[in-house]
Amino acid sequence: MTHASSLCGPAPLIDAHAHFYHALAGRSDWARVNGARLRAGDRIGVTYHVASILGSYGHTSPTYFPSPADVTAGNDIMAAFAAEEQRRVRWYVAVNPNHTAHALAEIRRGAGQGAIGVKLLASRRADDPLLDPVCALAGALGLPVLHHIWQHRTREWPNQEISDGCDLARLAVRHPGVAFILAHLGGGGDWAHTLPAVRDSPNIYPDLSGSGVDRGMLDAALDALGAQRLLWACDLTMETGLAKLRALDVIGLDENDMADIRWRNAARLFPDDAFPACEAVRVS
Amino acid sequence: MIDVAAWIGPYPFRHLPHPDPEVLVRVLERDGLAGAWVGYLPAAWQRDPAPGNAALFAALKPFPTLRPAPVIRPDWPGWERALDAALERGAAAIRAYPMHWGMGAADSRMHSLAAACGARAVPLLLTTRFEDLRQRSPLDVAGDLTAAHVRALARGDASVRLIVTGAGREMLEETHWGLTPDEQRRVHWDFAWVWGPPEDHLAHLFRTLGAERFVYGTHWPLRLTQSPRANLDLLPPEFANASMTDASTLAARVP
Repeated sequence: MTHASSLCGPAPLIDAHAHFYHALAGRSDWARVNGARLRAGDRIGVTYHVASILGSYGHTSPTYFPSPADVTAGNDIMAAFAAEEQRRVRWYVAVNPNHTAHALAEIRRGAGQGAIGVKLLASRRADDPLLDPVCALAGALGLPVLHHIWQHRTREWPNQEISDGCDLARLAVRHPGVAFILAHLGGGGDWAHTLPAVRDSPNIYPDLSGSGVDRGMLDAALDALGAQRLLWACDLTMETGLAKLRALDVIGLDENDMADIRWRNAARLFPDDAFPACEAVRVS
Repeated sequence: MIDVAAWIGPYPFRHLPHPDPEVLVRVLERDGLAGAWVGYLPAAWQRDPAPGNAALFAALKPFPTLRPAPVIRPDWPGWERALDAALERGAAAIRAYPMHWGMGAADSRMHSLAAACGARAVPLLLTTRFEDLRQRSPLDVAGDLTAAHVRALARGDASVRLIVTGAGREMLEETHWGLTPDEQRRVHWDFAWVWGPPEDHLAHLFRTLGAERFVYGTHWPLRLTQSPRANLDLLPPEFANASMTDASTLAARVP
């Protein structure tokens, strides 16, 4: 539960794009970083962190092309951490769609362990047919898909098979019953390209995370998509998440629009019982 | 506290809402900042800085909390005269864009400019970047300022005072730990591009370099001014009373 003393007040707040680390990820300070996320989340007033673990984060297979073994290990650790932090952590089951049978099995297994969404990295272009069975299963289970996105793919970049808003829009039109969360509008590349790319894809919901804090980005996103299509999130930089919340206040959003971005859009996209602390506020 | 990294004027590669001095004044008041050192944004891409400087001085004249930080280009004829004229007109600091001028770390002209600013007790303001490399226009080919530039300039003359804006943790550390203690003390940094939690780069740098090495910069009108304030608000509790440098103590004296 958030507190009135948090920087962004007592209203519910869902970070729809977070990550946690673990001992098999090759960095000795993993517990400190996890602790820092929870510390900063409490300070900001985050009610729920919806997080994933990306395999071994490059330690034993590449972050964006995780091996099946690393995917499974990461999901196991994420499930255990979410259970341990039940009050404030929910999770996405991460999969690599190049290994179709494994990906489908992981999604079923993750859903059985309480995962509330599916995380796709940059292992295969978003419009590739290999993503279809993954998205079909996510849809059948009622899970949204958070897809890593590079805002405007003008060339290839190393270590990722990047996709942009146009690529994701081609996937989304094939799965109209699935909600796609477009990752980190402020997370690299040109966000101005993404907005028209997904404007006519009503089942694509950009999250506002990323280290980018360009002036004009939030206003343009609201103009192009409206508050009902945007999700607040932090990803790797929580100070930019806090800055964007404060900037939304300055823009002068009304209470309803602010609540949509803070938590109600997320509550609509994820399974019904995912965020009881938020729903308690809605009822009261 | 004042903002050392603000500009007015349009940006060549995307539309910026209201990059005007009267808007900046309202933003500074809203954010509780006492003033700003302000540059003219298009000047980084213009060959002759003189017209941009003239526009900057004229635009800021009605706003006493906004102090000009004009550009002096040390390969332009008469630059020392232009430097003195800028200081006469109340410049708080001098901006230089060596990457945009194709000047390497060892370029003697940049060293001359840094020394001339040092001799006049005016800080030289260097901008690491305006935008994330990943979103930059193909026409914007200057590249980020390098740590080698900053190290070379800091070592060049004992009078040199540098303020570097827009650097991340890696560049900060590569520079700082490549300087002597005396050289380190003559370089200040803003933290607008330094990551907060969960990586906590800003906390790490406060711990290892000292908070006094940092000044406050927002990069308005390119970036949300809320970001550096948010970074301070999310520091671990041990830094609640961290004491940064108020850049107004570093500014050139008003003539």
